[in-house]
Amino acid sequence: MNAPGLAQRLERSGLSRRDFLSFCASMAAVLGLPDTAGQAIAAAVENEAKPILIWLEFQDCAGNSESLLRAGHPTVADLILDEISLSYHEMLMAAAGSQAEQVLSETVRDNAGKYIVLVEGSIPAGADGAYCTIGGKSALQIARDICGKAAATIAVGTCAAFGGIPAARPNPTGAMSVGDAVPGVANLINMSACPANAENITALIIYYMTMKRWPPLDQYRRPLFAYGKSIHDSCERRAHFDAGQYVEEWGDDAHRHGHCLYKMGCKGPATSQNCPIVKWNEGTNWPIGCGHPCIGCAEPNFWDTMTPFYQRLPNVAGFDVGNWVDPVGLGLTGLVTAAVAMHGIGEVVRHRAGEKSSDNSGSENE
Amino acid sequence: MVHIVVDPVTRIEGHLRVEAEVDGGVVTEALSSSTMFRGIELILRGRDPRDAWAFAQRICGVCTTVHAIASIRAVEKAIGAVPPPNARLLRNLIMSAQVVHDHVVHFYHLHALDWVDLVNALTADPAKTSSLAQSISEWPLSSTSYFAGVRDRMKAFVERGQLGIFANAYWGHPAYRLPPEANLLAVSHYLEALDFQRRFIKIHAILGGKNPHPQSFLVGGMATPVDPDSQSALNMDTIAALEKLVADGMDFVSRVYLPDVLAIASYYKDWTSIGTGIGNYMAYGDYPEDDNENPALLLPTGVIHGRDLGKIDAVDHAKITEQIAHSWYDYSGGDGQALNPFKGETTPHYTGPKPPYERLDVTQKYSWIKSPRYGDEPMEVGPLARMLVAYSSGRPARVKQLVDKVLSTLGVGPDALYSTLGRIAARAIETQVLVESMGRWVRDLAENMARRDFRVQDNSKWEPSSWPNDCFGAGFLEAPRGALGHWVHISNGSIANYQCVVPSTWNAGPRDATGRPGPYEAALVGTPVANPAQPLEILRTLHSFDPCMACGVHVVDATKRELARVKVA
Repeated sequence: MNAPGLAQRLERSGLSRRDFLSFCASMAAVLGLPDTAGQAIAAAVENEAKPILIWLEFQDCAGNSESLLRAGHPTVADLILDEISLSYHEMLMAAAGSQAEQVLSETVRDNAGKYIVLVEGSIPAGADGAYCTIGGKSALQIARDICGKAAATIAVGTCAAFGGIPAARPNPTGAMSVGDAVPGVANLINMSACPANAENITALIIYYMTMKRWPPLDQYRRPLFAYGKSIHDSCERRAHFDAGQYVEEWGDDAHRHGHCLYKMGCKGPATSQNCPIVKWNEGTNWPIGCGHPCIGCAEPNFWDTMTPFYQRLPNVAGFDVGNWVDPVGLGLTGLVTAAVAMHGIGEVVRHRAGEKSSDNSGSENE
Repeated sequence: MVHIVVDPVTRIEGHLRVEAEVDGGVVTEALSSSTMFRGIELILRGRDPRDAWAFAQRICGVCTTVHAIASIRAVEKAIGAVPPPNARLLRNLIMSAQVVHDHVVHFYHLHALDWVDLVNALTADPAKTSSLAQSISEWPLSSTSYFAGVRDRMKAFVERGQLGIFANAYWGHPAYRLPPEANLLAVSHYLEALDFQRRFIKIHAILGGKNPHPQSFLVGGMATPVDPDSQSALNMDTIAALEKLVADGMDFVSRVYLPDVLAIASYYKDWTSIGTGIGNYMAYGDYPEDDNENPALLLPTGVIHGRDLGKIDAVDHAKITEQIAHSWYDYSGGDGQALNPFKGETTPHYTGPKPPYERLDVTQKYSWIKSPRYGDEPMEVGPLARMLVAYSSGRPARVKQLVDKVLSTLGVGPDALYSTLGRIAARAIETQVLVESMGRWVRDLAENMARRDFRVQDNSKWEPSSWPNDCFGAGFLEAPRGALGHWVHISNGSIANYQCVVPSTWNAGPRDATGRPGPYEAALVGTPVANPAQPLEILRTLHSFDPCMACGVHVVDATKRELARVKVA
């Protein structure tokens, strides 16, 4: 078929080219690319055929589907969804029952090896798969079948990426991540967090369409553009940590004035995500921005390793330096803080997520 | 007799399977099965009760926040923490924003396509759509050129041949009855509502840091600081932002959502006598308006038996039980028992067919959802239950006013409410009542700031050393889909037992020990099905309940000890 060019479709949608370019520029920012990359993205999006996406829900709460609905850059993001053919998405699709299943099987049959699967929710192995069935088939069977024939599989949210809450102790259903449930799955990318941030999901797809390849990943197969730095390293309250200014009690003066939440249990030092940069709901806010500690939701097994949530992380480098410096005199503070900040680049967080070993700076745990 | 299986039931949260017998063009028997189980309540055992809200919130990402607040209410009751007035206002705002958002998304994105033929909309005359739009509302996006733009955009989309989420649906089905201009109006508002929901829910980002799954809740109050003289707290800038978002919400609900519901309903009046269901309704009531131990509630509590609006019983929480005669669990005292949540127990035990399977057996166990009962009775919960209790209680007066207005506009009597269409209308009325209340809670918050009352948290019970060694609490809440309860037992500072009885458990539950069906199953009986290969009408009645299956499925596991201390929210 001869699809009309993107420019025509933009016009029909009442969107100017300027709107579109501004969207591409903001996507470039999310991806951490230089300003000129916006134009490259625009060119790539215009020239590419619509990729086919299949969204599967297993042991999920639909929080990632809801997150997708919050994707920013209003009407243009809508258009980008038009640019992608979302063939199957239980929460949004009009067809039901056998008609829905028919769409899925025909999409897979006609596009084997070409489509992209997004998986939301973990996959239970217990009770012969009966803890999650769709159309009478087990989630395990569906995942192996559909992900097994995909060009790439994106595990959206911590449940799909790492097992998440169903896999938390004592894991009553034998819940697994997509990577564990479908061994050897091609091009697996984990977009963890609870839920995954919509801007990061959109950015990943635009990255693929622009670069014609998937992005570099960290040790947990998470894209570096969204998970390359710890929350702590990008936190707007970092200066208060370095200066030894901590919230001691909910609602106290320090809490009302945006001081560091480390003593209240913040897991920012042990968590890699771009929340402080991209924020949530079109940049409106983020959890630390409204006075609550980070709970580490992008990390593997965080429901077990980051709890109790309000207990502080042990041995975070630089803690309480400010309190020691203050009596010495302000003149020294800058010097010592600078030294700590340099040391902090290779900061070591001793934490119960003991199995982590890092290969990129700024987000190590031991 | 034809046997129909609808699995997956789409445009819902979670995994729902329905099997139905159709005879003579109507459903004669139905089976509702939830096909997914996680066991979050088991996972909560042994944890810090102050963490429980974050776990419980993940029961559902569509009605995000409601399980968090129900959990916090239960723990606060158990340990005796008393949230200050600002926390009450912040929670009311978060809960009402959730309901408004959820009801709009349900109507336009989960339910509308059961009534609106997308393909037929492409044949509409934009001028006629404009006249229709202007005859029902003063909403400004109503010009001929605007609707021509939407029609052409959708036309181009369809002509590309890749229908995506709109592929293979029931377009052209004889049960679609809207004229093309009304279909185009609804499709335009489907797209506008997609924008609206994204903007409106920024209220959660302001008050909770993010949505879905806001993260500012605390046992004892809220983590969101309040201080008009700080740039790191809720201040006059955020008050102004909230006022603007609430005003936008009011505008959309009163000028788009409510008029659309009335316009669409006027073409489907026969659905005021379809999908009636069991006729018992229960509401716990919600939105505390003061800080007393038993506060006045915006939406009142009550039980209605057998559609008798003349008699509203008070809710007695001790009468709530759960049965498992047709659910995949074991009870140690026998599967015929009915256990109150404080004494509940759960051992998941799958006895259904090994997947892949073709059919479930209604005479056996067939769902991961239990069958809750009030006394011996099944109860329908949700917006209809809440509006019926409010309507017959006479408060708030606004409910009666709006219900009467809707009934007179459609030219039907109160009996029309007990129906598929009644649920849809009740949901829209409730949205209007709540969005009108939000501005007041924002102003109350601002007034507290002006009085320099910055308290957001009761810190006196934060440390576990301040708690009784053994304590119990229950928290009740009105979620978008109905009455929600969480029950917690805390022992030596950690959770000994946790359980929830949630709206979709009440509505979607299977038959009980006496064989009496749950509300979905009962409501489906009598639903017409023109073409069993395209069971559009079954979706209409199911979707009128707004199914939320991840919520409905839970695990309880109780120690069978005597209750040391019970307080109920």
